[in-house]
Amino acid sequence: MSGTRSDFQAARWNEDLIMELSEKGQRGIVPPAIDADIAAAVGDVAAELPAGVRRAAPPDLPEVPQHRVLRHFMRLSQMSMGFDVTTDMMGTCTMKYSPKAHEHIARGAKLADLHPLQDIGSLQGLLELMYRFNRIMCTISGMDEFTFQPASGAQGIYTNACLIRAYHESRGELEQRNEIITTSFSHPADAATPAVAGFKVITLMPGEMGFAEVDALKAAISDRTAGLMLTNPEDTGQYNPHIRQFVDLVHEAGGLCAYDQANGNPLLGKVRAGDTGFDMCQFNLHKTFSAPHGSLGMGCAAVGVKDFLRKFLPRPLVAEVDGGGYRLDYDQGEGIDKIRAFIGNVHAVLKAYSWVMSLGAEGLRAVAETAVLNNNYMLSRMREVKGVTIPWPANNCPKLEQVRYSFEQMFEETGVTSHDVIDRMVDYGVQHCMPSHVPMLVPEPFTMEPGESLTVAEMDQMLAALKEISDEAYSNPEKAQGGPYNAATTRIDGDVPEDPDCWAFTYRSYLRKRGHWTSENRRKIVRHHGGY
Amino acid sequence: MAAFRLGLIVNPIAGMGGAVGLKGSDTAEIVARARELGALTKSPARANEALAAIGAAGLPLTLVAAAGEMGESEALEAGFDPQVLGTAKQSDTIAADTISAAEAMAKLPVDLILFAGGDGTARDMVHAVAGKVPVVGIPAGVKMHSAVYATNPQAAARMVLRYMRGGISLRELEVMDIDEAAFRQGAVSAQLYGYLSVPYLPDLVQGTKAGGVSSDRTALAGIAARIVAAMAPGRLYILGPGTTMRTVTDELGIEKTLLGVDLVRDGARLAADAGEQDILNSLEGSGSIIVTPIGGQGHFFGRGNQQISAQVIARIGLENITVAATMEKIASLRDSLLHVDTGDRALDGELCGWRRVITGFQTESICRVAT
Repeated sequence: MSGTRSDFQAARWNEDLIMELSEKGQRGIVPPAIDADIAAAVGDVAAELPAGVRRAAPPDLPEVPQHRVLRHFMRLSQMSMGFDVTTDMMGTCTMKYSPKAHEHIARGAKLADLHPLQDIGSLQGLLELMYRFNRIMCTISGMDEFTFQPASGAQGIYTNACLIRAYHESRGELEQRNEIITTSFSHPADAATPAVAGFKVITLMPGEMGFAEVDALKAAISDRTAGLMLTNPEDTGQYNPHIRQFVDLVHEAGGLCAYDQANGNPLLGKVRAGDTGFDMCQFNLHKTFSAPHGSLGMGCAAVGVKDFLRKFLPRPLVAEVDGGGYRLDYDQGEGIDKIRAFIGNVHAVLKAYSWVMSLGAEGLRAVAETAVLNNNYMLSRMREVKGVTIPWPANNCPKLEQVRYSFEQMFEETGVTSHDVIDRMVDYGVQHCMPSHVPMLVPEPFTMEPGESLTVAEMDQMLAALKEISDEAYSNPEKAQGGPYNAATTRIDGDVPEDPDCWAFTYRSYLRKRGHWTSENRRKIVRHHGGY
Repeated sequence: MAAFRLGLIVNPIAGMGGAVGLKGSDTAEIVARARELGALTKSPARANEALAAIGAAGLPLTLVAAAGEMGESEALEAGFDPQVLGTAKQSDTIAADTISAAEAMAKLPVDLILFAGGDGTARDMVHAVAGKVPVVGIPAGVKMHSAVYATNPQAAARMVLRYMRGGISLRELEVMDIDEAAFRQGAVSAQLYGYLSVPYLPDLVQGTKAGGVSSDRTALAGIAARIVAAMAPGRLYILGPGTTMRTVTDELGIEKTLLGVDLVRDGARLAADAGEQDILNSLEGSGSIIVTPIGGQGHFFGRGNQQISAQVIARIGLENITVAATMEKIASLRDSLLHVDTGDRALDGELCGWRRVITGFQTESICRVAT
């Protein structure tokens, strides 16, 4: 396997919306008629429904035969890209292979048929798994207790913000302590979620080495400091070596420290949040722990805390029963309100548990080491791509799991932007890449995280594609600016995500907005099937 | 649809002073001296480079050029058949020529003016077309303090082409200039002369996950609301120049001198376009200075707001200085670095280090300040 795949051609079905496929009278499934005895015994099941909740007319559901429904979704899946069909190095997202065996277990009746309200006595297997995984996560992170209730990374970080709020509230200091400190290269949720929780947010801009400096933190700390929330390594793949000092300074000022470990892949078996002095942390099970990720799918954040914060965790927690067995502990204590119903996305927990158990402690360490090695291989080879620079050249430290590259030089010399490169990459059968979170402090950013799953040959293929695109940028910039040509869709104009007239999340709003579309903005319309 | 009309103005003597160490070309005397020293004009060549790139794209357009060396000859050399405004001058061109050419283009009108020059030329453009016609600047001058210029001729051509293709919004960027005479004496004293509308290339800030112009506007509204909410009765507020500060006065419902310093107390404007002495005379009781850094450059003292002098700053007190800027503006600064140049080295030293900057209603950043 070598060379690029410039002859790639994506499937491009001109597929209608499922509602538009509807034909009166078509059926996917015709259920058997109700047995006459049963009908007689049950009577009119809707008779007792109050008039206010009855539909005047049946719902407007699409009427489509089974094979056409299958085709519809097969076609959409053929027009999608993802780890199962192509190379994916989407930076900050920790894309990796999700073993199919774990998918199979999670879809089996033993889990799929469970109901959260069934008797606890019949949920013991699941609770045992949750309890054991809780212990495993404590060992990995150095924390004392975990909850798996949050359904996404951002919700996990939000949980941390709520924990900080509950802690200061319990001490009567919340009014005074209303500031959360974060860094500019942390995930934006480290700034956004404390804002949602009612805090003011202070962002530390990077120093000369590309990460936040101790003096910047000192300028931010005061008796108003409620806490510190950051990622490390940051989005740049750089590990802030001052982190212990950061934690100590915030503690001295009376604040708490939350470690967003969305970028935790390179730290498995290497660095523990608890040992670094953090009071709480969160991992994305759908990133580092291999549960599938992307398209806003079923995520799960594992939020861990030190003992003194246990009483603030959302309930219920899974607890051991003296003499054997497990129960759900609903004791509210001073806990924050529910973050989500029940005990979380248990499918993701099961997949993560399966992943950890299949690897073992040595395997987890190998994940971290391979991810870092792969990334530094890419880093060394990316220097061969014309027009690419590595920000903060003065910082010679090896990068961890990802690198934020810059195409500024290429832009200056050819006018081809990093977005042009990213769009052109799709023509090589490569998944869309990540430029940067905002604010884009690195000009023309391009963030790649190869992870541990990819082979050297796959990485070489990616590099070959990037080199070809770079050559094209310097020889035929117009072409390089016009991609993708061979993808399922053409380029989406940059302002589409900001223009609500250009997208619709439901068929009803699609019908409503379609009335306002002009030939000018029709060009920009995208039927939004998801994002990352 | 009518073909796109692109105006072209070249300041043919821009940049002459630089190569021979004269730090500018603002007066006829300096230009003559530069010629004696063997200086060659460089703006025609830079204009040619941009025009060639625009021509190569083959988009339908009508080029409207100022006569003679001020655009016509460059347009012809690049293979265009320009519509010519005015008559060619025999002597060196002066500021008035740039201004009259730009005014004629605004009257025509043209859709966009491409001009080549330096800070002095940009000032002339402010005088003639600010708020009327968007511009793209080809950098060709000695002094380049203004944020309105593209990074190089190729980049200027790309901005023009992107704007012609549509879908690009405009933003107001700063035009700065320094006092050339003072600069020759070794003192930098930059003034903010105004704003020009420049096509905004969303690539620079926008991605699938990114916000863009609208989020910048939201942040500005948040900054204004935050500053106004924190205003205390009886306290004097010294508001520096700029569009960020104008959102504060908009929130208060009062006028703002865009390029000057206004004094506000109890929600009312005490003085408009105040000079240093006006400020010092108004200083009784407590007060605050509220300023924003210059976009793309980062100075929040000493560029365009020298009225807020070292003496004023010392009287107000370092703890009563508020700096505000959107994250987008901070991101536009090289290394996110802010600068001060108050003329008082000791004071500059005290202002250096890490400083809180208001970036939104409930958000701040800790930014590095250097001299």
